[in-house]
Amino acid sequence: MIAIIDYGVGNLFSLCSSFRSIGADITVTGDIDEIRRADKLVLPGVGAFRDAAAKLKEKGLDKVIVEEAAHGKPLLGICLGMQMLFEKSFEYGEYNGLGLLKGQVIGMDGTIPQSLKIPHIGWNALHFTKSNPLFKYINEGDCVYFVHSFYAYGCEASLIATAEYGKEITAAVAKDNIFGCQFHPEKSGEVGLKILKAFCEFGD
Amino acid sequence: MITKRIIPCLDVKNGRVVKGVNFKGLNDVSSPIELARYYSENGADELVFYDITASFEGRQLFTDILKEVASQIFIPLTVGGGINTLDDFDRVLKCGADKVSVNSGAIRNPELISEAAKRYGDQCVVLSVDIKRVDGSFHVFAKGGREDTGIEAIEWIKKGVNDGAGEIVVNSIDTDGVKGGFDIEMLTAVCNAVNVPVIASGGAGNIQHFVDLFKTLPKVDAGLAASIFHFGEVKINDLKQTLKDNGVIVRL
Repeated sequence: MIAIIDYGVGNLFSLCSSFRSIGADITVTGDIDEIRRADKLVLPGVGAFRDAAAKLKEKGLDKVIVEEAAHGKPLLGICLGMQMLFEKSFEYGEYNGLGLLKGQVIGMDGTIPQSLKIPHIGWNALHFTKSNPLFKYINEGDCVYFVHSFYAYGCEASLIATAEYGKEITAAVAKDNIFGCQFHPEKSGEVGLKILKAFCEFGD
Repeated sequence: MITKRIIPCLDVKNGRVVKGVNFKGLNDVSSPIELARYYSENGADELVFYDITASFEGRQLFTDILKEVASQIFIPLTVGGGINTLDDFDRVLKCGADKVSVNSGAIRNPELISEAAKRYGDQCVVLSVDIKRVDGSFHVFAKGGREDTGIEAIEWIKKGVNDGAGEIVVNSIDTDGVKGGFDIEMLTAVCNAVNVPVIASGGAGNIQHFVDLFKTLPKVDAGLAASIFHFGEVKINDLKQTLKDNGVIVRL
């Protein structure tokens, strides 16, 4: 059973549908016991980092996620959920993340050429920087769908893929059982579904 | 680099795709689900569903259909038509829409864009504008292009972006349906005025029109069309291959 962590941030309709379409057994939950019982965890999220981090904490989910990840339970963070895996975010202030991965989340504004539009929105190609089980069904150069204005920085240790947007922007990260995608696999067509499938099969 | 997007637009009335479609191998050519799947499997980067009756008949959007599409199609979905309130946003987003396109609703309720952007984020709010030249300037038209509002289009779009619209759809009434190519002049004016993605709509009649669009105006992010895709005059995969051959970056 995969637990998609529901902490009141964003819309989980497409994410749930995409997992169901590949035959995954999922539950959407904010219940600590259910999260502990699950075989794998997905941390979604859209919106502002500060609000999301506060909501996780308020529900006591931050500790649970960190503990479960430390015990080796596979965890996939998506978009803002991926950014939450890092130590800190500088999105309109300075806020602590889960600290599962080394690195920080910073704005694109001022760090990419001014001619480029923010948010980075649309389909962009993945460049693999390391091989990873998450990519076992996809190829270098496959396109995935991004919507974001902030990105993870200083995360070379866990970096597994980038996308070029004025510079190489962090697209995916992984460290042992912890995975993160800046893009939206649930909106990235067949390629996205293959990434979710690979996550579902991880450790099997 | 980010790819240029090709977006088929499906006009829907009472849960069925109208304007007629003509595809081999599709059993039900007016089923939004079948068409959405067809497009998604054949290179569409995004889909727009537009309730063409909603803006003047106040019909409820086809939420059940949308839900079904969104549970089977995993590319970005934009929904428009009859979006007048935050409740309208809420209803379609809950059914799996990723972006919500506002048009007449933003004219009737000037706060709609800023309120929606605050609640759902800029990336979620698409400002769709029907524009026609009147006495040498660009005017915003309402009610499906039937009514001249007298509003100057470029100023309207700038205000929309300031309020939080994350993307602009420019539909040129002057070129729409003519199939003589996109309205490059109008699109250039919009692209020069704002720094959010601009989607060109109205006028595409063949593949070359898309090549001209992206080559002449590299700032434009996407091309949207309806009937030429529905009737199979232009196959999206062929279109994207030709764009690629012409040096335009696309997702193949």
